[in-house]
Amino acid sequence: MDITGRKLFVRALQEEGVDTLFAYPGGMINELTDELYKADSIRVVLGRHEQGVVHEAEGYSRETGRTGVVLVTSGPGATNTITAIADAHYDSIPLVVFTGQVPQNLIGNDAFQEVDIVGMTHSVVKYGVTVRNRDDLGRIIKMAFFIASTGRPGPVLIDIPKDIQIQSGSSEYPDTVDIRGYKPISGVHIGQLKKAYKLLSQAERPMILAGGGINIGHANEALTEFVHKMGLPVVTTIMGRGAIPTDDPYFIGNLGLHGSFASNKAVSECDVLFSIGTRFNDRITGDLNEFAPHAKIIHVDIDTSSISRNVVVDVPVVSDAITALVKMMEWAKPLKIQSWIEEINNLKSEYPLEMKKKKETLCPETIIDGINTCFKEATVVTDVGQHQMWTSQFLAMRKGTKLITSGGLGTMGFGLPAAIGAKIADPDRCVICITGDGGMQMNMQEMATAVTNNAAVIICIFNNQYLGMVRQQQQLFYGKRYEITCLRRRTGCSPDCKGPSDACPPYVPDYVKWADSYGVSAVRVESEEAIIPTFEQAEKVTKAKKIPFLIEFMISSDELVLPMVKNGSPISDMIL
Amino acid sequence: MDRNVTDRWIALYVENEVGVLAMVSGLFSGKSYNLRSLTVGTTERDDISRMTIEVESDDITFEQIKKQLNTMVEVIKVIDLTEVKMHMNEIMYAVIPGIDTEKKSEVFRIAQVFHLKPIDIDEHTVMLLSSLAPDKNDDLVKLLKRTFHRIEITRGGAVAVESLNNK
Ligand SMILES: Cc1ncc(C[n+]2csc(CCOP(=O)(O)OP(=O)(O)O)c2C)c(N)n1
Ligand SMILES: [Mg+2]
Repeated sequence: MDITGRKLFVRALQEEGVDTLFAYPGGMINELTDELYKADSIRVVLGRHEQGVVHEAEGYSRETGRTGVVLVTSGPGATNTITAIADAHYDSIPLVVFTGQVPQNLIGNDAFQEVDIVGMTHSVVKYGVTVRNRDDLGRIIKMAFFIASTGRPGPVLIDIPKDIQIQSGSSEYPDTVDIRGYKPISGVHIGQLKKAYKLLSQAERPMILAGGGINIGHANEALTEFVHKMGLPVVTTIMGRGAIPTDDPYFIGNLGLHGSFASNKAVSECDVLFSIGTRFNDRITGDLNEFAPHAKIIHVDIDTSSISRNVVVDVPVVSDAITALVKMMEWAKPLKIQSWIEEINNLKSEYPLEMKKKKETLCPETIIDGINTCFKEATVVTDVGQHQMWTSQFLAMRKGTKLITSGGLGTMGFGLPAAIGAKIADPDRCVICITGDGGMQMNMQEMATAVTNNAAVIICIFNNQYLGMVRQQQQLFYGKRYEITCLRRRTGCSPDCKGPSDACPPYVPDYVKWADSYGVSAVRVESEEAIIPTFEQAEKVTKAKKIPFLIEFMISSDELVLPMVKNGSPISDMIL
Repeated sequence: MDRNVTDRWIALYVENEVGVLAMVSGLFSGKSYNLRSLTVGTTERDDISRMTIEVESDDITFEQIKKQLNTMVEVIKVIDLTEVKMHMNEIMYAVIPGIDTEKKSEVFRIAQVFHLKPIDIDEHTVMLLSSLAPDKNDDLVKLLKRTFHRIEITRGGAVAVESLNNK
């Protein structure tokens, strides 16, 4: 029996086991949303802006490991998703994004709300296509879910013209697809892996570099076990944080532009760098010519095109992280590298990672310590900026902790909606959003989504009254010329302001009043003593009322993220 | 590091679908790869097209280009033609206008030497068709420029196919 495209669309979502759809309506998806009205098994979450909607789907996906699914209308609905789709692309988050499209007879006419969204997004999706025949609809949706979630995961965009939604055709939804141009990697080349293991086992100064691939591939326990078996020191990227617990004696720290002194120095001194699930992004390597200059580099990655792209690799291994680690576990023997480990520990104690406390103001490290103390199990979602770096430096990653952050694209505005998505996916889990006062304002409309969907996230705004991350650059490298980074600045302020004073205008918005207008409790914290009690209150209130709780932490404008490597310098050359 | 920047050739089998050409060429512009020429046509199967691509790159970039092409779902197969024996030809039309009888016979002499086909002619103009290899066409264009006052060239880009005796 033939069915309409709209019916097959909903049926496909059900067959894929989609329980939550993040959506925003419009003319070119009315057919689809109307069909969803009848489908009780799918929870449809209405966001407040399509960028927020897609970030919510990202948060859902990062929390559950499942594919996030989005439905938006054509034209502006579609273009509003692009930043978040790019974000998912760079952080390998599986998404299927459905966009409505004008009927095919209008495509190319500059019809109302017609845009070539497939053309606009092709460099930031894993796959994107317009459905041009009703009979292809089922196969294309099946392909989308398969491609998004296999190999190196990523976003897939399916553009469905209105005529396809209405037209009748086969009711069939395929169980499997065979795509001749897409064969995800499975297994591992044993010869190559043996070569890698041999190199590692003969090293005198080995180092493991773990990236986000460990977290995505759920290889954390395998890595921890492997590391313990061989006695290897580990550094992580920001996306890889938590690859092994941060209180593990073998964990050295984060690597990169804001990496720890010991990590950056040790990588610069190691003789074998065993890297797994990272793409050697420029934030990690600093000056490429000086990156791990004495090391032979092994690179394990699921994505062939990530290997030997940024750094020249001596032993490439194309594999899923867990497959490679489980196999190597069979061979693993303890290494005799005591002096190397001691050397690293000395580096660690020479410059331990810590912030200097100021007398008058709240120290960001202390706030994050408060989270470490109050929440044994939590998902922490950050926005982008200084607060993100502090979180990545000081958040304790234990078995029950998860860190979700925008690493590859560094998208301000990611934090709040991604936290909401995570909470919707897992309502019983404590979800904490750490955001800047700037980034908060980029998607603050999503507070309504949180309230209306009982997404009881704890929102922590680190309010330093500045776009702090950029301000830091201005403070250190641009003669304190704080051009367009002060969020208090108004018409009438001195043209050559060099920083805050008593004469500064008030900050807008007043976050506490703003939260109140949503019926959300909010507390402004200005003293260290208030940190823990406020977190306890937040936990209680969010559990009881099932709506968010907002905490505004007032921190000093001139706190810095340190250590820091200046752009273009080698990572061993740090401002401490 | 030896950069070894040279011309390299790739044959690409792709899905014969709307937008695939734009995606392949978009990859080259988006990642700043130096695309020299790209031709495309169908194969014995309606649903598969074949492209011949010429890029100028170093070894590392070339490896990356092949990998990036391979990650595209629409790309079915990437064949590196750089080290492979192949036949390669390019359709090129050369129009030589404003010439007298003496110059015309010069055109025909050149056509004979280069195995070109005169395919159109009027009182003062001759049109030649060349299907030489692209580097030969380069030489031909140089010669025609030196010899005649004015020429109009339309080149089609190279199409390459592996020789039968490669194994
Ligand atoms: C969408 C977007 N625009 C601009 C930037 C550049 N940028 C990076 S961090 C930052 C400042 C963030 O300020 P805030 O949210 O207050 O966080 P803070 O650094 O102060 O902790 C800016 C502007 C970005 N990453 N994303
Ligand atoms: Mg700020």
